Amino acid sequence: MPDVSLTALTAQVFTGLVLGGILVLLAIGLSLIFGLMTVVNFAHGAFYMLGAYVAFSVMGLTKNFWATLVLAPLVVGSLGLLVERFLIRRLYGRSPDDPLLLTFGLSLAMVEGVKLLWGKIGLTVDPPKQLAAAVDLGFMNFPIYRLFVIAVTAAVLVALWLFLEKTNVGLIIRAGSRDALMVRALGLNLNRVWLLVFGIGIGMAGLAGVLAGPMRGVYAEMGVEIIIECFVVVVVGGMGSLPGAIVAGLLMGEIVSLTTFFAPRLAEIVVFVVMAVVLLVRPSGLFGEAGLAE
Amino acid sequence: MIRQALRRLTAWVTAHPIVAFIVFFAGFPFLVPYQSLATQVLIFGLFALGFNLLYGYTGLLSFGHAAYYGLGAYGTGIALAKLKLTSLWVALGLGFGAAMVGGAVVGFFCLRRRGIYFAMLTLAFAQMLYFIAFHAADLTGGDDGLRGIPLHPLGLPGMSLSLRHPLAFYFFSYVLVVLAVAALKRILDSPFGAVLQAIRENSDRAVACGYDINRIKLLSFVFSASFAGLAGALDALRLTVVPVDSLYYTTSAQVVIMTLLGGAGTFFGPFVGAATFLVLADRLSLFIEFWPLVIGVIFMAFVLFLPRGIWGTLTAPEGQR
Repeated sequence: MPDVSLTALTAQVFTGLVLGGILVLLAIGLSLIFGLMTVVNFAHGAFYMLGAYVAFSVMGLTKNFWATLVLAPLVVGSLGLLVERFLIRRLYGRSPDDPLLLTFGLSLAMVEGVKLLWGKIGLTVDPPKQLAAAVDLGFMNFPIYRLFVIAVTAAVLVALWLFLEKTNVGLIIRAGSRDALMVRALGLNLNRVWLLVFGIGIGMAGLAGVLAGPMRGVYAEMGVEIIIECFVVVVVGGMGSLPGAIVAGLLMGEIVSLTTFFAPRLAEIVVFVVMAVVLLVRPSGLFGEAGLAE
Repeated sequence: MIRQALRRLTAWVTAHPIVAFIVFFAGFPFLVPYQSLATQVLIFGLFALGFNLLYGYTGLLSFGHAAYYGLGAYGTGIALAKLKLTSLWVALGLGFGAAMVGGAVVGFFCLRRRGIYFAMLTLAFAQMLYFIAFHAADLTGGDDGLRGIPLHPLGLPGMSLSLRHPLAFYFFSYVLVVLAVAALKRILDSPFGAVLQAIRENSDRAVACGYDINRIKLLSFVFSASFAGLAGALDALRLTVVPVDSLYYTTSAQVVIMTLLGGAGTFFGPFVGAATFLVLADRLSLFIEFWPLVIGVIFMAFVLFLPRGIWGTLTAPEGQR
C-alpha cells in the first residue's frame, strides 16, 4: 500500500472525473444514437481517435487551439453524416447485428487508414499555453487543462440537455426514440432527424478525442480501447438512458482512477469485475429498462 | 454451362458434407502456395466453425471469441512449457477443457443479456482475459508471449509419431478437424440442433414451445467455445509459442470476418471464409503494408451487399442470390 496522502488522493479523484467526463461524452453519443435508431455504433471509438488526429492536423495548420476545438469536431461530425447517409441508412430494417458488424468493419478500416495518413507512430499534442500551467486550488495543485476538460464536458452536457428538452427538434428526437412509426405517421421526416442525431453523436465523440489528445496521447488503437470501456459504461448504466450514461461514466472514471492509485496492475481489470457484479445484481443496468432492443 | 456445373458441385457437397470435407482437405496442402498456410486454414476454419455454431446457427453474435481460442492456446502451452507434461494428448485436452470451462463461466454472465448487449459483454470479458494474461507474466509470458513450447512426438498405440514435418502436422490437425466437423454435423442434425435454429429464427416462439432456451443457449455457447479452444490448442502446437495477441480483440475480429466472408449459418462457410481471408491476407501483405484496410473495406461490402457470404451465395436457391 503506498503512502496515502489526502492531497494525492484528491488529485486522483479529480483525474477520475476527467476520465469519466471523456467516457460520458462518448457514452452519451453512443446511447443517443442507439436510443433513436437501435444502431450500436462500434466505430464510435474510431471517430474519437479520428478527432484526436484531425485536431493534431488542424492545430498544425491554424496554430490556434480554440479554432481546433471547434473545427475538429465539426470535421469529424460531417464525416459521421456521410457514414449515416451512405452506409448505415442502407441497413435500417435489417437485424440490429448488421449495423454493428458494418461499423465494426468501418472501425478496422479507420484504424489502418489513420496509420496510412498519419504514420504508425503515436503523436503528441501539447495543451494550449494558457491552460498548460497548474492551478492552486488551495489544498492542491491541479493542471488547468484537466479542469478545462471537466468544464467543457459539463457545458456540452448542459447544451445537449437544453437542445433535447427545449427545442422543437429535440422534441421530435425524444418522440422518435419512443415511437418512430407514430412520428412518421404525423408526417415528420425522421430520416433527417436520424442523420442529425448521428452527426451530433459522432461530433461529440470527435470532441472527446480532441480533449483527450493532450492528456493521453494520440495513437491509432486509442479508439478501440475506449469503445470497450464505453460498452461497459453502457451496460452498467443502461443503454438508451442518458442519466445512466452520465452516472456510470463518472463512476467508471473514478473506479479506474482510484484503482490505478492503489493497485495499478488491477486498473484495467476492475471495470470488468464491476460490470460482472452489476450483471448479477441488476441485469438491466442501473438506469436501464429491461427489454430495450433485446 | 459453368454455372450449371458449379450448381451441381455445390449441391453434391451440401448433400455429402463430411465426405466432401475429407476428400477436399486431403488434397488441400498441395493446392496452396505453402503447406503451413493449409494448416492455418484448417485451424482457423475450426475456430470459425465454433463461432458459426453460436452466431450462424443460434443467432448470438460474439465479439469475444478470442477468449476461448486463447484459453485453448494458453492451456495447452502452459501444460507443455510450464508444467512440463510430455503427452500431447493430455496437453490438448487441458487446452480444450480450459476453453470449455471458460465458455461456461463467461457464457453464464453474457447470457444474462440478449441482443446487442450480448455482443458488448462477450467483447468486454475477452478483453478482461487479455489484460489478465498480459499481467500474469509468470504463467503466460506476458507481453512477450508464452515461449518454448516443446513439440513432443505424438503417442499412438504401439508407436510415436514426430509432428515436426509440416505435412505430418497438417494431417494430425486434419484428423482432429474432421472429427470436429463430424461432431458439428451430429449436433446440427440432432433435436438440440433444431432448437438452436428455432431460437435464431424466433426465440419467443421457442420459449412458447416449452424449451428452456437459456440452458440451450448456454450449451451452444459451451460447444462453440470448445471448438474455438481446440483450434487455439492446435495453433499453440503449430507455432510453438502463444502470442498475447491471441486473446486480443483483433483475434475475435478475424473470426467474425472469416465467418461472414464465407457465409454465416452455412456448413462450409467458415472454412471457405478462413481460406479466403488467409490467402487474401497472405497475398495482400506482399505488396500493401496496410492490407487490413483492404480487408475492412471488403468486409463492409459483404455486410452491405452480400450478407449471405461466398458459400451462402453459391448455395442459395435459384432466384434468391
